[in-house]
Amino acid sequence: MRIEERMEISKSMIYGAPLIAIFLTACAGACLFLLMGRDPFSSLHTFFIAPISTLDGLSELCVKATPLILIGVGLSFGFRSNVWNIGAEGQLTIGAVSGGAIALIFFDVESVFLLPAMILIAALGGMIWAAIPAFLKTRFNANEILTSLMLTYVGLLVLSFLIHGSMKDPDGMNFPESKLFHEAALMPLLIEGTRIHLGFLIVLFVVAAAWVVFSRHIIGFQVRVSGLAPRAAVFAGFNQNQTIWLSFMIAGALSGIAGISEVAGPLGQVVPSISPGYGFTAIIVAFVGRLHPAGIFFSGLLIALSYLGGENAQIDMNLPNAVTGVFQGMLLFFLLASDVLIRYRFKLRN
Amino acid sequence: MSGSEFVVSAVLTIITAATPLVYAALGELIVEKSGVLNLGVEGMMIVGAVSSFAIGVTTESALSAILCGAISGALISGIFGFLVLIMMANQVATGLALTIFGLGLSALFGHEFVGMVYTGLERVNIPFLSQIPIAGPIIFGQDIMVYGSVFLTVIIFWFLTRTRLGLTLRAVGENHEAAHAIGLSVVKVRFMAILFGGAMAGLGGAYLSLVYTPLWVENMTAGRGWIALALVVFSSWRPWRAFMGAYLFGGIAILQLHLQGVGFAISPQLLSMLPYLVTIVVLVLISNGSLGYHLRAPGSLGKSFYSPS
Amino acid sequence: MHSLLSLKNIQKEFPGCVANKSVNLSIEVGEIHALLGENGAGKSTLVKIIYGILMPDKGHIEWNGQRTYIRSPIVARKLGIAMVFQHFSLFDALTVVENIALGIPFGLSLSKLAQKINDISELYGLTIDPHQEVHSLSVGERQRVEIIRCLLQKPKLLIMDEPTSVLTPQEAHKLFKILKRLSVEGCAILYISHRLREIRALCDKATILRQGKVVNECDPSKESARTLAEMMMGSQLTVPKRQDKIKSDHVKFSVKNLSSYSKKSSFGINLQNISFDLRIGEIFGIAGLAGNGQLELMKMLSGEVFCDDPETIKLSGQPIGRLSLSERRQKGLFFIPEERLGHSAVADIPLWENGLLSAMRSQKLLNWGFLNFKKSIEFAECIVSRFNVKVVGVGYNASGLSGGNLQKFIVGREIQQKPNVLIAVQPTWGVDAGSAAAIHKEILSLAEAGSTVLIISQDLDELFLIADRITVISEGRISRAIEVVDASVEEIGLLMGGSNNEEDVEEELIL
Repeated sequence: MRIEERMEISKSMIYGAPLIAIFLTACAGACLFLLMGRDPFSSLHTFFIAPISTLDGLSELCVKATPLILIGVGLSFGFRSNVWNIGAEGQLTIGAVSGGAIALIFFDVESVFLLPAMILIAALGGMIWAAIPAFLKTRFNANEILTSLMLTYVGLLVLSFLIHGSMKDPDGMNFPESKLFHEAALMPLLIEGTRIHLGFLIVLFVVAAAWVVFSRHIIGFQVRVSGLAPRAAVFAGFNQNQTIWLSFMIAGALSGIAGISEVAGPLGQVVPSISPGYGFTAIIVAFVGRLHPAGIFFSGLLIALSYLGGENAQIDMNLPNAVTGVFQGMLLFFLLASDVLIRYRFKLRN
Repeated sequence: MSGSEFVVSAVLTIITAATPLVYAALGELIVEKSGVLNLGVEGMMIVGAVSSFAIGVTTESALSAILCGAISGALISGIFGFLVLIMMANQVATGLALTIFGLGLSALFGHEFVGMVYTGLERVNIPFLSQIPIAGPIIFGQDIMVYGSVFLTVIIFWFLTRTRLGLTLRAVGENHEAAHAIGLSVVKVRFMAILFGGAMAGLGGAYLSLVYTPLWVENMTAGRGWIALALVVFSSWRPWRAFMGAYLFGGIAILQLHLQGVGFAISPQLLSMLPYLVTIVVLVLISNGSLGYHLRAPGSLGKSFYSPS
Repeated sequence: MHSLLSLKNIQKEFPGCVANKSVNLSIEVGEIHALLGENGAGKSTLVKIIYGILMPDKGHIEWNGQRTYIRSPIVARKLGIAMVFQHFSLFDALTVVENIALGIPFGLSLSKLAQKINDISELYGLTIDPHQEVHSLSVGERQRVEIIRCLLQKPKLLIMDEPTSVLTPQEAHKLFKILKRLSVEGCAILYISHRLREIRALCDKATILRQGKVVNECDPSKESARTLAEMMMGSQLTVPKRQDKIKSDHVKFSVKNLSSYSKKSSFGINLQNISFDLRIGEIFGIAGLAGNGQLELMKMLSGEVFCDDPETIKLSGQPIGRLSLSERRQKGLFFIPEERLGHSAVADIPLWENGLLSAMRSQKLLNWGFLNFKKSIEFAECIVSRFNVKVVGVGYNASGLSGGNLQKFIVGREIQQKPNVLIAVQPTWGVDAGSAAAIHKEILSLAEAGSTVLIISQDLDELFLIADRITVISEGRISRAIEVVDASVEEIGLLMGGSNNEEDVEEELIL
């Protein structure tokens, strides 16, 4: 058996690969459960079906998916043009901290402009944090994978610094937590009785906007061509540095918004651990979603499901939460393997 | 604590901090020299950490634990190798997947070992030599993995510069098309390099859970895998420089711990940032050519190899 | 007495083209055998088959009368076949000794090998320092490394692919002495080259390939450069009757003292003081074999690389040397690069999006940055219908089009934007005859309508067909421009074949 390049990329496999990957992941998951001495079918049920079988579960799905989709969309622009931003977690954190600062500075100020200001400042915060690797790459040719990643750790330390210092609630019994945000600084709920908040609406808007930009705007065209054929991008007059900045700024802004949507949403305050690694998981979301806004929307829901599944498995089956990470990793592995079928085909040796 | 006692204890902690990095960086150095970029070092290290800890506390055999660390790292690096070399998957994405998978897998299996302590890996005690003031404990009082790290640095240097296989490896990483044209087996060489890198990362992780903090905690590698990747770049893909870089980094990490302990006026978080910020600065300086040596990355680094016939 | 190497009916196909068709070739022991043909004639494919990099689809190879399957370069080397590639398979970061060690079977220690290298280099006069790193070697020195690597294997057949294209005349002379010596010692040489003078001086026999087939075999010393050129390029060349164009003296596009410095030491050619003036309505051809500076020239003319002095390139009298691609397009300068997929077009996006690549601004296909679908599709459809592009619809990816049709689209895209000046590199390379004819017709019409066209091409037929004036680029320099009606194929062929000055050409023609 050997691999041979196809004449033309297979369109059916573009949609087929994620489905194959999901199927294979479920199979591998079943084997994993079996190895751990659990019944595979009921385990898969607990993991994938049970969490969304209630209305409550569905709403939690949307809440969890919100930051994943936002960041995933942001990253997809960069990945499409071969700009590897691995620092979304840091950009999320700085965005959360910036927006959170506004909430705390204007504590108890009742104004309809407060929340929009927080979101704006959060986006700016994320963009500033993303500007650092962008600058280092365009100016010094420093590898963006390493710089953006190092900055993630720095960003998390900034959060820790602030939360143990100036952002700490003075009446909070010395817990490293900020004051609980007041009404005007919280994301309003969209549906009573659920935790679905404004963030999800922003998600819908961002997905739609990204789809439009991606397929109908010159920025989307620039990003696509830069990734598919760098020389053609030069031929078209696109500036490579500009593409890099664009990718980082979009990702930074969206990651920042994701950050504030967590802090002003389900969390309601600034805490030492804002995200269980959404910035990294969003990388998987982006790939499984084929780097396309619509695909990312669905893969975001799928990956969110894996988080809920992990929590469920912890409660119902006494399995550690880490099962989530295993599934996510497997999904990406299977997707990358299935992806080969888009460009290449298997042939029996003649 | 007296002055010399302080120096000795500081040096000892630096050695302990640097050793995992030496293993992981050397392993990734070989992988990158062959032209492959494996970002999954963090994942391979943590898998090595959990498996060696698990074997360590269950069998009480230090040697089995260490061996297990290496094997487990190699095994999951095999997944990476398969995807990247046979299935032609994107190296960056696959490496990231490996990290996420490794972190999850290790947390899953390590669950039942949380709270246990391992005491097995002891320092060597050579009669008379180990008792020499200052130099004794430092040079003659280390555990076998520290000596192993020095030994491996020498071996790898010799391997790369003086052996035929090392030469082949460098050629494959330099220009995989030319290598293929003269009949070298690119895929085989790279696969072996990847497995070696996995084993080394596993050993680095093993040292963390057996010696550095002899417990198991989820995510205990805390980004060291990424630091190792940066070290490979700093070292300009040269073994001795990687070794020294690991010690420099270990030194900074320990320094900031001590500064915190001494009650230095700067907050602990800001001090903790130091290693990461230094990494960025050095990376920029090197990429710019300002540190006097240029990045001479292996020519084929990161590129997929496809050979039509 | 068997031939050393015998190729019988070799056939090799690739998707879209037949590289070798029923090729028969024989080389005797100690013979210096030339393989002649233009680019794309099938020489490198044939040679790759001999060296085991490719396997033929049909036909077989005989070595010393025995049927053999050369499955890989290792097998080839075992037989005694050695090859010096045109593009060296050397590893920059390694030393000479290390490079050579990789190419030969395991055995010697590096220090013993270094000694052997010194021995051979002294014996043949190929001076080289074994411990130097390859990236610091000059091109001539690198070739010496390749040759020494081959000689260490005591080859029976040495294949040399365009060896003198990177050498100075003195170095070439030295090389010939070495080759003659090897031939006397019993080593056969397969010599691939365009340089007719060398072949006549050096080779015992020549096989000429054209479009994948063997068209002739001869003794080059008995032929003249003219007859060899005719055989290579086909003697059906007639200079077409051109309509007397109203010649304008107005200079539309001028290049003065264009020089460039290539950073890549091995393959980049330095352009040296290139100057030419193009007049309105003129089609100007720059002929030349690949690797003589065409790519570098195109990069500077198109704006991918800026000139130090903006006045170096002028359009309608205005300096444009430091304008970007888009800015040059705005001034009416359009270009067609050599590579279709990956450069002028993107394979995995629809045809109409490919239209956008160069026409975004000129055709006003953007509204506040948003792509105007309707206009873009109309533009693409216009190109398709006017230029007869055979495609089911403009929504299909560019990868689905044949080379000829895609090129028609690309050429059409640029012409539809009504360029003042159009620069095209290899506009009909790899294109079927029908599409090529259509493209030529369009270019001629464009010029008749008053635009200026610059064509850089290796295809002399093409240039003779449509150009008004011709010049030859060789090693970064261009020759004096000649009116096509006054030029002869042989004269141009010789200029292309490496005779750098006109005296040599005259000398050749007399012979």
